[in-house]
Amino acid sequence: MTKADIIEAVYEKVGGFSKKEASEIVESVFKTVKQTLATGEKIKISGFGNFVVRAKKARIGRNPQTGEEITISERRVLTFKPSQVLKNVLNGLPAV
Amino acid sequence: MPVTKSDLIEQLSEALKLPKGKAELVVNTIFDSMVAALQRGERIEIRGFGSFEVRNYKAYEGRNPRTGEPVHVKPKRLPFFKVGKELRENVNAGTGTIEADDHDDDVVNDEHPDEDDDQD
Repeated sequence: MTKADIIEAVYEKVGGFSKKEASEIVESVFKTVKQTLATGEKIKISGFGNFVVRAKKARIGRNPQTGEEITISERRVLTFKPSQVLKNVLNGLPAV
Repeated sequence: MPVTKSDLIEQLSEALKLPKGKAELVVNTIFDSMVAALQRGERIEIRGFGSFEVRNYKAYEGRNPRTGEPVHVKPKRLPFFKVGKELRENVNAGTGTIEADDHDDDVVNDEHPDEDDDQD
């Protein structure tokens, strides 16, 4: 599934939009999500999951190819924690 | 304050001058279609954002980290998200303060801590 398929779903299921409008609307939603995460704020989508920005401390890593030690600098990473509902759905269990 | 689905609906409604109900339908359709794809075992790829795929995990003998009691963990399917390059870079460049973890992660559930593979 790609963004084009999501746009198609919005176009068909919601209705009242042209394809171009449906595309702009979907882009707008992802843009908001991305901008929010870039500020370090988390996103909570009930029934889907939470996107959380975490601060990682610097640590010593190793190049697995050469064994050479390198410092991995401090950074921020994005993690996704699926909701229990989504996990249940994927495992054929009742949603809640 | 975390941004919830209702906030996304609100913002979409304001940004594009859509009636609230319509914006709600749009946001729900987006996430519902993604859940349906994952349910079919389909991979989702959203350029500039990231990709989702379903990973199969085998059964294993685990332990309740609180009590040390052995527990049998059945085979399961879990969604896995890999952040896209653009979003990863934007998140890393971010300057806002990160809210402390609200410990909603229950320990028993956290058998798959973040995999720190950053090679692309």
